[in-house]
Amino acid sequence: MRTVSAAETAPTTHPWAVHAEGLRVRAGRHVAVDGLDLALGTGVHGLLGPNGAGKTTLMRALATVLKPAGGKLTLLGEAVDGRGDLRRVRRGLGYLPQQFGFYPRFTVREFVEYMAWLKEMPKTAIPGATQRAIDRVGLTAKAGARMKTLSGGMLRRAGIAQAIVNDPAVLLLDEPTVGLDPEQRLDFRELLRDIGVDTCVLVSTHLVEDVVAACSDVVLVSEGRLVYQGTPDDLVTQGGDGDPGDSPAERGYSALLRRHRAEAGR
Amino acid sequence: MTTHPSPAVIARYTDRHAVLDEVTAWSVEVHLEECTDCRALVAQSTEDDSRDLLASIAAGVDRGIAAGPAPEKRPGWAAARHRWMVWRLAPWLIMTVAVLACAVGLEALQPSLPSLVALLAPVAPLPAVAIAWSRRQDPAWELIAGTPAAGLAMLLRRTAGVLVVVIPALAVASTRTQGSLALTLLPCLAFTAATIAVGGFIGVRRAAVTLGTAWAVAVILPAVVTAELPVMLRPGSSGGWAIVALALGGLVVARSENFRRLTSHD
Repeated sequence: MRTVSAAETAPTTHPWAVHAEGLRVRAGRHVAVDGLDLALGTGVHGLLGPNGAGKTTLMRALATVLKPAGGKLTLLGEAVDGRGDLRRVRRGLGYLPQQFGFYPRFTVREFVEYMAWLKEMPKTAIPGATQRAIDRVGLTAKAGARMKTLSGGMLRRAGIAQAIVNDPAVLLLDEPTVGLDPEQRLDFRELLRDIGVDTCVLVSTHLVEDVVAACSDVVLVSEGRLVYQGTPDDLVTQGGDGDPGDSPAERGYSALLRRHRAEAGR
Repeated sequence: MTTHPSPAVIARYTDRHAVLDEVTAWSVEVHLEECTDCRALVAQSTEDDSRDLLASIAAGVDRGIAAGPAPEKRPGWAAARHRWMVWRLAPWLIMTVAVLACAVGLEALQPSLPSLVALLAPVAPLPAVAIAWSRRQDPAWELIAGTPAAGLAMLLRRTAGVLVVVIPALAVASTRTQGSLALTLLPCLAFTAATIAVGGFIGVRRAAVTLGTAWAVAVILPAVVTAELPVMLRPGSSGGWAIVALALGGLVVARSENFRRLTSHD
């Protein structure tokens, strides 16, 4: 039991946790995100799209790692596209990059604690928050193991632990299910649903069934633009029997992409 | 702090059969959160069965703590935090110190040459500073770049880590030779500040390469060829170096928002 501070119960003054208008982001010289409009509120949003659609670049821009080349980007009510101070926004962000680098000599606990310290959490809150994050991803038994001794799936879970350690208001997970075995993926979906109750979660993935199972909202991008945003049920209804795919959701996914390509080709 | 509620109100608050209107109950609860004396009053006026219940809960919690795993030992993680830095920078710092030692040796063997230590002092910290702020060298750069702690403070902390080694090495080298201490250390600080200042615009690594090359071509090479110490390293110019170092330091602080994101050149 703890005292809830006034700041925690204060109503938010922004309609969307993530709001992009005409967002353009460069990946090197190539404009990977080109005029994307996106508005995300609380819930779990699945980001789908073919390879090279600009998913990772979009994630990096939302994580404030890359500076947008144009357009407007607002996170938690604060503009992050200009030269403004990013500190306040960054304290409310959790980010798991696709290529997730780590320090091999750190133990899982040291790593998560270090990230919590970098996220400027109060010093007294760090040990407890670290333990809770490690417990939530199911790495309790491995908390003292060095990062270099972990398997791929465990590393991924350590990465998720560092992303959620500061109870972020916007959680960005780039390909979090890579390397997880089927049972771990079920646990991970459970965790996503749990976090998504009061957080804006954006999960980039290639696995359509993950999105259908765990997400309240589907975002489909192609060639740096938003193609479709709707519920998983709505995605299922987009597909017909003639579309390629093994499940109704996959058929809906490929139908949407085909339609988009046909329109773009005209 | 609110005024203390009267003992009669507290007695009615604790008596579950007494009637107390909601507003008074709230104000008592708000007050109790911050007032130890009134909490003690509440504790005294509770009935025996609730005290028994509380005692059994306390005993249960104590038992759970005793039976559970021991709390994690706090590692000396002020040291662990910089472990990556120490390992990555060590080879570069060792190289810098070795080059300075060679310069001292050459000066002793060839007294006719201009002071090599003074000529090398400005560029001595540059390789290590470039490494300290480089996305190629830091495996977790993408994680760190999205945290609120990323920025000028982090770069300065890492630079300080470099200077802690380089400055004593330079001081020892310059006292072993006939060079002046001020004309060894001030150019070193000025060039470090210049690297960071220019790095805010074109990336720290590029800035270090550019400045190092420019100094080598424009100053070291002619000095070695003509066997004469250049104007800016002759006695009397230390005031100029101090002013340059201060001015560049001011520029760095004024443009601190340049370091909020890692550019692709870092």
